[in-house]
Amino acid sequence: MTALDLSALSARQVRDGIAYGDFSAREAAEAAYSRIDALDGDVHAFLQLTPDLAFEAADRVDAARAAGEELPPLAGVPAGIKDNMNLIGTRTTCSSRMLENYESVYDCTAVRRMLNAGALPIGKLNMDEFAFGSSTENSAFGPTRNPWDLERVPGGSSGGSAAAVAAGMVSISLGSDTGGSIRQPAALTGTVGMKPTYGRVSRYGVVAFGSSLDQIGPFAKNVEDAALVLEAIAGEDRYDATSATDAVEAYAAVHGEGVRGLRVGLATDILDAEGCGAEVKQSVLDAAEMFASLGAEVGEVALPSAKHGLSAYYIIGPAEASSNLARFDGIRYGHRVADAEDVLDLYMRSRTEGFGPETIRRIMLGTYALSAGYYDAYYGQAQKARTRIIEDFRSAFDRFDVVLTPTTPEPAFRFGEKSDPFTMYLNDFYTIPVNLAGNCAISVPSGLCSKSGMPIGLQIIGDYFAETTVFRAAAAYEAALGFDTTPPLVRGLAG
Amino acid sequence: MAITEADVRHVAMLARLALSDDQVSALTAELSALLGHIDEIRQLDLEGVEPTAHPLSMTNRTRPDVVVQGLPRDDALRNAPDTDGTAFVVPAITGGGDAS
Repeated sequence: MTALDLSALSARQVRDGIAYGDFSAREAAEAAYSRIDALDGDVHAFLQLTPDLAFEAADRVDAARAAGEELPPLAGVPAGIKDNMNLIGTRTTCSSRMLENYESVYDCTAVRRMLNAGALPIGKLNMDEFAFGSSTENSAFGPTRNPWDLERVPGGSSGGSAAAVAAGMVSISLGSDTGGSIRQPAALTGTVGMKPTYGRVSRYGVVAFGSSLDQIGPFAKNVEDAALVLEAIAGEDRYDATSATDAVEAYAAVHGEGVRGLRVGLATDILDAEGCGAEVKQSVLDAAEMFASLGAEVGEVALPSAKHGLSAYYIIGPAEASSNLARFDGIRYGHRVADAEDVLDLYMRSRTEGFGPETIRRIMLGTYALSAGYYDAYYGQAQKARTRIIEDFRSAFDRFDVVLTPTTPEPAFRFGEKSDPFTMYLNDFYTIPVNLAGNCAISVPSGLCSKSGMPIGLQIIGDYFAETTVFRAAAAYEAALGFDTTPPLVRGLAG
Repeated sequence: MAITEADVRHVAMLARLALSDDQVSALTAELSALLGHIDEIRQLDLEGVEPTAHPLSMTNRTRPDVVVQGLPRDDALRNAPDTDGTAFVVPAITGGGDAS
């Protein structure tokens, strides 16, 4: 048995291996499904497998190579897709009973671009229902488990996307990030996750949560692969009027450029936030020191309004969500009660039956914050706090090229540990301000917690459309640190 | 600030949710607790600060005024719980009509 091990290869190596004829795209797809067979009974990253689509795509890659054609950048690379993104031939459930049987009738632009770059669609990945959550415990179809410790959560809401990459079931995956839903699970699973600048990637075809906050982005085992995926999916889209017209840069080309002279700001005033463990804090301080040793100019920076991000986000996010989720009315798609008395009864009972508890909580919170008499006190204030957070980042990026914070206040927690909603929300303390401001950030592994053995993530934040700079810093840090992204569960398979 | 069960029932109607008494009671406690956590936002002195609705300064973007193919009707109807093959079927909205 000479089966391919996707844990041992980067996406670039998979693509190049196929181009050089070391193995075929079909073998890459087989490696993905064989790993899924071995581990996904425990991990439960996938809601749906799509071997027909994957092998069809693999055969196209293999035929292109046989014909001597130049292979695209992600040719034959096994890829997973968060189940809030549409792809014809798949269901798009958002991990909700509401959309349990929803069949995609068009393609999400980011997914289509990733597949046009040659990636193989292995399947659709688990998430918190409608992306509301930080643990995947809110999935209507059961949680995903963290490949580093099956008793712990993989983070969320893109927990399936993170776990599938961590476990070597796919080389890359797509997630979406409204308040940290790519970066937080990346941190908790020892993977790389990037939230691009708002508008950098089209939102067409991802089920909307918070329309002024949502961005699609990549998960990968290393920074270069994440950059390759972003190159493939970024760019203007006629179907999303908020997609940015700025030119897409060669993000992966900065690999190995180093950080000499890069101005790195350490956000010292928020390192003692509630729940920020001593080791997490120390790992950011160590990272700053490492940047200095690599030739970066490291200084301290304050983000005084960032601490209000959580409050602002838990008004703005639910407000936008309550508006977006009004479309689920049991008429055009989604769950519908069988015995409605009239149309109001149909709306109300279909929605209540179709939505899970956290979704109902967010809709209620958002509707309340937007309702007459409370709008100015909550939503209006939150919008002004958002302006303050933007001003914080603006002045930080006057002095620095990137800003360092922890990705999360602590490593992966156990199932059921955060049953109080607000305790769960605190996990996104460091990631939320970036969504509110709209700039870009990446999470890269920064080591393991000595007590739990769970990965810790470093967040590197960049200015608007400064993805190239963020990738450059992240790649240099990653190379200097030398973190082994393979979880013990996967190492056990090799024997 | 604490909210009452009457508030929760009012908001549930606005959100078109048919909550059971148990759900109303649970949500009253949960939403009161959440609002307590985020209440600091109301206390902030943000007089004169411009509100931000959207992170990027974009003005209306239009596409060329050219006819393009929209979603075909069969695709639009494919996930509907009830159709007559050409349209969505809904219960009567105005009085006197037959539900189907």
